[in-house]
Amino acid sequence: MAYDAGLAVEMRAVNKWYGQFHVLRDVNLQVKRGERIVICGPSGSGKSTMIRCINRLEEHQKGDIIVDGIPLTNNLKNIDDVRREVGMVFQHFNLFPHLTVMENCTLAPIWVRKMPKAEAEAVAMKYLTRVKIPEQAHKYPGQLSGGQQQRVAIARSLCMNPKIMLFDEPTSALDPEMIKEVLEVMVDLAQGGMTMLCVTHEMAFARQVANRVIFMDQGQIVEENEPREFFQNPKSPRTKLFLEQILH
Amino acid sequence: MTAYVRTEDAPRLPAPANIVGWRAAIRERLFPTPLSGLASIIIGALLLWVIWTIVDWALLRAVFVAPDRTLCNVEGAGACWPVIQDKALQWVYGFYPIDQRWRVNLVYLMGAVSLAGLLIPRIPFKGWNALFFFVVYPIATFFLLLGGVFGLPYVETSQWGGLLVTLVLAVTAIVTSVPLGILLALGRRSEMPIVSLLSTIFIEVVRGVPLVLVLFMAANMFPLFMPPGVNPDKLLKAVVGMSLFASAYMAETIRGGLQAIPKGQYEASRALGLPYWKMMGLIVMPQALKIVIPGIVNNFIGLFKDTSLVTVVGIFDLLGIVQSGFNDAKWASAQTGNTGYFALAMIYWVFCFGMSRYSMYIERKLNTGHKR
Repeated sequence: MAYDAGLAVEMRAVNKWYGQFHVLRDVNLQVKRGERIVICGPSGSGKSTMIRCINRLEEHQKGDIIVDGIPLTNNLKNIDDVRREVGMVFQHFNLFPHLTVMENCTLAPIWVRKMPKAEAEAVAMKYLTRVKIPEQAHKYPGQLSGGQQQRVAIARSLCMNPKIMLFDEPTSALDPEMIKEVLEVMVDLAQGGMTMLCVTHEMAFARQVANRVIFMDQGQIVEENEPREFFQNPKSPRTKLFLEQILH
Repeated sequence: MTAYVRTEDAPRLPAPANIVGWRAAIRERLFPTPLSGLASIIIGALLLWVIWTIVDWALLRAVFVAPDRTLCNVEGAGACWPVIQDKALQWVYGFYPIDQRWRVNLVYLMGAVSLAGLLIPRIPFKGWNALFFFVVYPIATFFLLLGGVFGLPYVETSQWGGLLVTLVLAVTAIVTSVPLGILLALGRRSEMPIVSLLSTIFIEVVRGVPLVLVLFMAANMFPLFMPPGVNPDKLLKAVVGMSLFASAYMAETIRGGLQAIPKGQYEASRALGLPYWKMMGLIVMPQALKIVIPGIVNNFIGLFKDTSLVTVVGIFDLLGIVQSGFNDAKWASAQTGNTGYFALAMIYWVFCFGMSRYSMYIERKLNTGHKR
C-alpha cells in the first residue's frame, strides 16, 4: 500500500457501521505533518467516531487508515505502535482517579516505553510545567478543578511524546471560566508545531490555530476549507445552517 | 429601590443551650416525638433484659472453678466455664500429638507475625513479607504440619483438628479465592467466547450447588477423576472444594467491581498504549477491587464461618472438636453444651469482627476521597 511520508494521517474511503447504522460514509482525509485540523458538525455526525478510528478505539469496517505510515489493520502490533505515537484527550478527561497527577503522567512512559522512573518523572514535570500546573503533581485528580484535570490529561498524553494529538471535544464538559485555560494550552501546543486533530465547537480557537476546518454531517465530510474562507464563505447549505446556529 | 450595602459583620453568637449538650442530644435522638420516645423505652427495656439474662447466666450463676461436672450439674447453675479450660488445648490443637504441638505453635507464630507485617501499613518490606506469606509459608506449613521429612514424625491429617483445621481451611480458601476469582471474573467478561463460556459455566455450576454438597462430592466423587487406587487426603479434598466454591463467589463479587469502572478508563488506558494485562493490573483492577472491598471481606467472613460445614464429611474443625467434647462423661451436664457453643460463638465472632474492622480501616485509608 503506497503512502505519502509527508502525511501524518490518511483515511481512504473509510466506512463504519454500528449494527445497521452507517456512521462513517466514505470518509477521505489527508492530514499533513504539523497540520492542525478542527472538525465540527452537529452531534451524531460521526466526528468523534472518525478521530477515535485513528487510534483504533473504534474499528472501521471498510477502507484504509494509515497513521504515521502504519496501516491500521487487525494486526495488534500495528495498533500498539499507532497508539504509542498518537495521544488523545477526552471530553471527560478520563484521568486515573486512584493515581496522583504525577503517576498519571509517568504510568505509560514507564510501562509502555520502559522509561526509567526518574526520567519519566522529569519528563512529566516538564509537561506539567508547560500546562502550568507543576505544583499539583502530587495531588489526586479528584482534588483538581475540571480545567486543571483537562490540562493534566493533555500533559499525560504529551509525556508519551506523541507525533499526533487527537482532541475529542476537550472543552465541552468544562465550566465557562475554565475553557480559556485549556484552550491556551492547546494554542501553545499548536504553535509548537504539533499535528493536531480537534473535534470542537470553539470557533475562535479554529480561527486562531487551524489550517483547515472540516464540517461533518451524517457521517460524511461535507465541506473543508481554510478557516477564514470556511467561516466567511461557506459553500454548502448545511454548513451555512450549522454556522448560523452556533455563531448566532 | 435603594441599594443595600453591609458595613459591619453580624455578630457570631454561641448556640442556645437547648440545642447543645448531652440533654439535648438525648432528647433529640431518643425522644424526638412521643411515639419514638415510647419505641426507645420498649427497645431499651428489651435490650436490658437480654443483656441481664446473658450476664446472669455467664457470670452470676456461672461455675468458674470445678474439678469435674459435679458443681455444674446442679439445678439453676449457669455457664460451666471449667470445661472450656479443660478442653482449650484440644480446641486449639485437635488430636495433634502432644509432644509435637510445638510444630503447630511455630505455624501459628509464623502466620501471625507475617500477617501482621502484611496488614499493618507502617511495617516495611511488604514485598518480601508477601513472598514469605504467600509462597514460603504455605510450603513450610505443609511440611511442618504433615511431617515425614527432616526427621519430623508423620502426623496424618485425621489427627489435625480444632482451630488448626479451621484456620488451614479458611486461610487457604481465602488466599486462593482472590486470584482465582479475579481470573474467573476477567474470563467471564472476556471477548473470547470460549474463555467467557467456560468461566461462566464454572461460576454458575459451582455457585448453584450448596457448599455441603460440594464437600460431599469432593469427599466421595473426587476419586472418580483420579487414576484407580489414588484417593487424595480427606482434608485436601475439603480444602480444594472450599477454595473452588469460594472462587466462584469471589468472581461474581469482583465482576461487580469491574462493571463499576467507567468505559473512559479503558479508553484512556488503550489510548496510552497499555496492553490488556497492564491495563487490567494497573488501572482497572486496583479501582475495581477497592470498590468491592466490603463485598470481598463479606465473602471472607462467610467463608471463615462456612469452614464449620466440614464436620459433615468427618473432619474435626473447631465446631467438630467442641461438639465431640460434649460426650466426655467427666463434663456432661445441662450447661456444658451451652457453654461450649457460647465460647465458640465468641471465638468465631472475634475473627470475623476483626476482619470487618480491618476492612473498614483499609477502605478509609484507600479512599482518595474524590470520585470523578
